[in-house]
Amino acid sequence: MNTIQLDPQGRLKHFLGIEGLPKALLIEILDTATSLISVTEQTVKKVPLLRGKTIVNLFFEPSTRTRTTFELAAKRLSADVLNFNINTSSSSKGETLIDMLRNLEAMHCDLFVVRHAAGGAAHFMAQHVAPHISIINAGDGRHEHPTQAMLDMYTIRQYKEDFASLRVAIVGDILHSRVARSNIHALMTLGVAEVRVVGPNTLMPKGIAMMGVKVFNRLKEGLRNVDVILMLRLQRERMQAALIPSVHEYFQYYGLTEAILDVTHPGAIVMHPGPINRGVEIDSPVANGERSVILQQVSNGIAIRMAVMAMTLKAIPELKDTR
Amino acid sequence: MATLSIIGGRVIDPAAHLDLITDLHIAAGKIVAVGTPPNDFKAERQIDVQHKIVCPGLVDLGVRLREPGAEYKGTIISETRAAANSGITTVCCPPDTNPVIDTPAVAELLQQRAAHSGMAKVLPLAALTRGLAGEQLAEMGDLKEAGCVAVSNVLPIVNTEVLRYALEYAANCELTVFIHPREPWLGVHGCVHEGAVSTRLGLSGIPETTETIEVARHLFLIETTGVRAHFCRLSTARAIKMVKQAQTQGLPVTADVSAHQLFLTETDINNYNSQCHVYPPLRTQQDKTALRTGLLQGGVDAICSDHQPHEADAKLSPFAMTAMGISGLDTLLPLCLHLAEEMSMDLTTLLSYVTTKPAQILGIDAGTLAVGQPADICIFDPNDSWQLAPENMRSKGHNSPFLNWKFKGRVIYTLINGKVVYTGC
Repeated sequence: MNTIQLDPQGRLKHFLGIEGLPKALLIEILDTATSLISVTEQTVKKVPLLRGKTIVNLFFEPSTRTRTTFELAAKRLSADVLNFNINTSSSSKGETLIDMLRNLEAMHCDLFVVRHAAGGAAHFMAQHVAPHISIINAGDGRHEHPTQAMLDMYTIRQYKEDFASLRVAIVGDILHSRVARSNIHALMTLGVAEVRVVGPNTLMPKGIAMMGVKVFNRLKEGLRNVDVILMLRLQRERMQAALIPSVHEYFQYYGLTEAILDVTHPGAIVMHPGPINRGVEIDSPVANGERSVILQQVSNGIAIRMAVMAMTLKAIPELKDTR
Repeated sequence: MATLSIIGGRVIDPAAHLDLITDLHIAAGKIVAVGTPPNDFKAERQIDVQHKIVCPGLVDLGVRLREPGAEYKGTIISETRAAANSGITTVCCPPDTNPVIDTPAVAELLQQRAAHSGMAKVLPLAALTRGLAGEQLAEMGDLKEAGCVAVSNVLPIVNTEVLRYALEYAANCELTVFIHPREPWLGVHGCVHEGAVSTRLGLSGIPETTETIEVARHLFLIETTGVRAHFCRLSTARAIKMVKQAQTQGLPVTADVSAHQLFLTETDINNYNSQCHVYPPLRTQQDKTALRTGLLQGGVDAICSDHQPHEADAKLSPFAMTAMGISGLDTLLPLCLHLAEEMSMDLTTLLSYVTTKPAQILGIDAGTLAVGQPADICIFDPNDSWQLAPENMRSKGHNSPFLNWKFKGRVIYTLINGKVVYTGC
């Protein structure tokens, strides 16, 4: 998976997924984000790294949070930003993805940020796009959501000394989650002690253990002695698909409550990619509680997205000059 | 009366367990002698084929011609020519054309156009139910009269009572039923085998049970209705085992596999290679091994191309959104020869899976070089090495995961009814 993402010098050309990327590159992304985070705290929240560049947000799936943070990240790097929210009805008017790609290329854009319901969509675009254009995957089906995983790693690094000693539990709808897959790859690459996935069998993809994780069906066992809990959002459509009986029962068995946090490591942090469903996968006191770092994740998301945009567009040497 | 002698080739006829360097003599479109010609025989033309292999023309149990309905993907002319140029002299066309082959008119149209093209013979399969909708029976008797060699619904028949009556009625018409086992609900949104690869790529999976449950449902009904049945394109080890067991019990069932399933597995999808988007999906290494073993130990009776040509755009989208299928006519014989080499299988046995056995499944006069049979013959050079490229594919569809593969063995002559329809170099 990494060959198409890297240029011949091993630098990031596209950012499609975490799978196959070397540890050093993940660390470089985190370090670049660290150097950029101060920008977001200044009164003038802008650096000229991507001045004159045009970034297109191509969202084939509805999203507010991710699209907004990508937009903010681009603007803070002084890039021009175009937002395309393509609902399925307009893309089903006959224009194929490849035709759309050619049209956007003709507008001389530099970077596409893509979210699409089909796994591999970003990969497909990277294979077919003109050579000077970079692609960042903002979520492709159930496959990967690599900027989310990197902002999660960034957040973990803020709170924990090193990755090597960590036990991390990812809890919920693993089957449909691109966040889970990207996080598993990132955590394994960064060399944590243990990655666990916790959820009912119906929401657990077949063969997930082959990714190197331990599978748990019981929340209490899955959370025992963990340092990081990564909760996943439960889509309400899962009931219609007969995957779970009810929100009520799901919360009984897989909802994160203050009581169940007792089994974790005392310093455990609680993360969630958002938007959260209070009373479905997470209890309000936990979401608002002192272990919750959910809002910190959102802030970090901007710095991570700035880092990845600047790296794929090769603007980082300039950054080092300006420092 | 046109006469022709094929001189000095290695003649392989799986039906007669013949593998001998000898001559073949043809008159009036039929084989009149193997070895010494009849007394009064005088060949108008001689073809010298020393060091070449002469075998029955291949019989392919699954070929989408795309006509009528999707002529931009392929036509009867383009695809029957591609078949003939690949040594395939008879092709079975499933009824899922547009319109569906559920009336004698469509069946006749297909055969007339095929006859007009003068290339590979086309045998239509009739729909089992009208419009393949799984509700009302198609006019199987009339369709048989119109030249359909078997019946098939391609799509699942959800209502088991309708399925039962359809099988009973087919038995009544003495028609073999071709079954594409696909449980209607399991993995209905899937596009790849459910397992480690579907999980890694985040693609919806199609479990093994989609195939096995449907094979089981049919086997029970085959037993009670007594219909002769053929399972198409099996992909799982378990289904092969079930068919083998049924055969051992004496049920009138046979099965085929696609040539590509004998070579590719789910891991070939790698980074969303849409050329590997097929139905049934590419399965595991164990399944592939079981399919190969089934050829030798029972459960698999024939190999077909499962030819499904597509225009280039059909494969140019994110994986799940691409059309399913492989353009397989060009690679059927080359893959089979490759298989014989990999499995150290003798050529007589190997060729039986694409000649004699499929002909027996269809109950047609083909797949053998016996005296009196139509002279449908494939002659190939077993030592000619070549590489598959879009430029050298004969099908209109260039959608193949085997592009750039190196093959050994290339067709140099194809004869249909004693007439040379293809000459390679």
